[in-house]
Amino acid sequence: MLKIENLSKSFGGVAATNDVSVNFPKGSLSAVIGPNGAGKTTFFNLITGAFKPDAGRILLDGEDIAGLSPPEIVRRGIGRAFQIARIFPTMTVREAILCAVQAHTRQHTVMARRFPLAETEDRAAHVMNLVGLTPKAHALSRNLSHGDQKLLDIALALVLEPRVLLLDEPTAGMGPEERWAMIDTVHRMWEQERMTLIFIEHDMSIVFKIAQRITVLSYGRVLAEGTPEEIRRHPEVIKAYLGDEFEAAHA
Amino acid sequence: MGGRSSLARDCLIAIVAFLVLAALPYFFPSRGFSDFIVRLAAFGIFATSLNILVGYSGMESFGHGLYFGLGCYTFALIMQRFGVPIPVAFLLTIAVSVVVALAVGAICVNLSEIYFAFLTLAFQMLLHSLIIAWTPITGGDTGLTGGIPRPAFLGIRLDDYYHLYLFSAGLLVVCLLAMHHIVQSPFGYTLRMIRDNASRAPFLGVSVFRLRLMSYVIAGAFGAVGGIIMSLFVSGAFPDFAYWTISGEAIFMIMLGGITVFLGPIVGTAIFLLLNDVVTKLTHHYGIFLGAVILLFALGFRKGVLDFIADRWRDRRQSALTAESRTGTGSAGQEAKSAAAGE
Repeated sequence: MLKIENLSKSFGGVAATNDVSVNFPKGSLSAVIGPNGAGKTTFFNLITGAFKPDAGRILLDGEDIAGLSPPEIVRRGIGRAFQIARIFPTMTVREAILCAVQAHTRQHTVMARRFPLAETEDRAAHVMNLVGLTPKAHALSRNLSHGDQKLLDIALALVLEPRVLLLDEPTAGMGPEERWAMIDTVHRMWEQERMTLIFIEHDMSIVFKIAQRITVLSYGRVLAEGTPEEIRRHPEVIKAYLGDEFEAAHA
Repeated sequence: MGGRSSLARDCLIAIVAFLVLAALPYFFPSRGFSDFIVRLAAFGIFATSLNILVGYSGMESFGHGLYFGLGCYTFALIMQRFGVPIPVAFLLTIAVSVVVALAVGAICVNLSEIYFAFLTLAFQMLLHSLIIAWTPITGGDTGLTGGIPRPAFLGIRLDDYYHLYLFSAGLLVVCLLAMHHIVQSPFGYTLRMIRDNASRAPFLGVSVFRLRLMSYVIAGAFGAVGGIIMSLFVSGAFPDFAYWTISGEAIFMIMLGGITVFLGPIVGTAIFLLLNDVVTKLTHHYGIFLGAVILLFALGFRKGVLDFIADRWRDRRQSALTAESRTGTGSAGQEAKSAAAGE
């Protein structure tokens, strides 16, 4: 599905991503973890075209997408939500999602008709329902709570019917209860939409509970990759990241 | 259907507005009044076209006067030199503006805010310098004088003052209708996305450059229509119409009237022209007075007149909707919502 081969990117001599190779199987739910500055977000930025890689290949169903622009990559089926929700503050939830739908169906430059296009309404309603924002459809995006803004950000990405969805810390800045509600939503949406989902997360209890596969990054390199069970017992991961207490607690 | 307003409704409003404008001279026969409406048409179309950039696309152009001046000079020159029918000159002028806007826009639209503002201003001053320097063609700093021929077309005789008045009022209504339709279209909403968050839009598959360029060209074309009306009104073209102050005045107009409401720039233009007419009669220190008014708006209201009213209205509607959802009136709430959305 999504295969990363020898991906590298440096910023002024610092290797943010260094010879990274990972394979994300079709329909899998994978987590990317690692200490701050490990290069997790850079890794997402490379996959989505925000940065151009210095070397390496990004194969989406066999096609190399490395170096394409964000809109081109989006159109090939990779969606993304951001660590800090990036939304459209003056639009209502419904308007923003309808806008995303019409961009996805390549109707966003239509001038002869009025917004919203009737044929985009079903998809928008479906996505709002999927993330649970239907009751807030008419609220201005800037008035939403932090958690709802993150949901809206994810909803915008979902509109594109992505084959691969990248979520950068979906629970960042949330309280414990909100956090699990978000993870339930993410998990439900992964099951319903049958996509390949990759998320970055700092909360290890979440990661080990829902991820099928875990990739550990450290200093831009892949430190380890495997099932939660394998990662939990990986000596280098424990040393570099999880710590001995973690091992004791989860033993 | 489904939108805030339908095209059919807009057309109806446009027809009523035109009929009212057409009847007004019978009630206010003074020449000053009809002059006011013609100037309102020229500057109103111009200011509204600038607001497509500032208000809807988030592109603060300081050089929009380029298209006002270009429209004015191109139209006057074509009419003086080639004696073509007015509709032909009109369309040629729009075509020239589109070509210039494509070239200038391709260079400017992806620049960050301050560079966009100043580079657009630089291009406008380039046109102004060209007009001043190229005396054999443009008449230099005395402008294009000697009047412009106005052959009749489709029964419209623009050398008749009432016909010119109707022509200007008609263009005002048609251009506003067209621009309103554009900002209410899927394209218009994509512009709002870019204005709100230009870095997010590409991840939804939107080419920001292309959309911004389209917006810039559309605004330029409508801006030129304002220039055409002005050229007919003064029967010529003058370098002041391409000077940077024209751009500044258009920014004043949209600030006075409001940038979040479609008709804001028209209201702002009316206020600006009234201030201009009244104050210049009373005092020579026009600038001080106007500056004070702008300060009042910028520091007092912190927004234009229609923005202010629209915010109040939106707050009220929002609290009504919230109250409704609290009491949980299902279908009744939905109906009220539809009614509020003008469906």
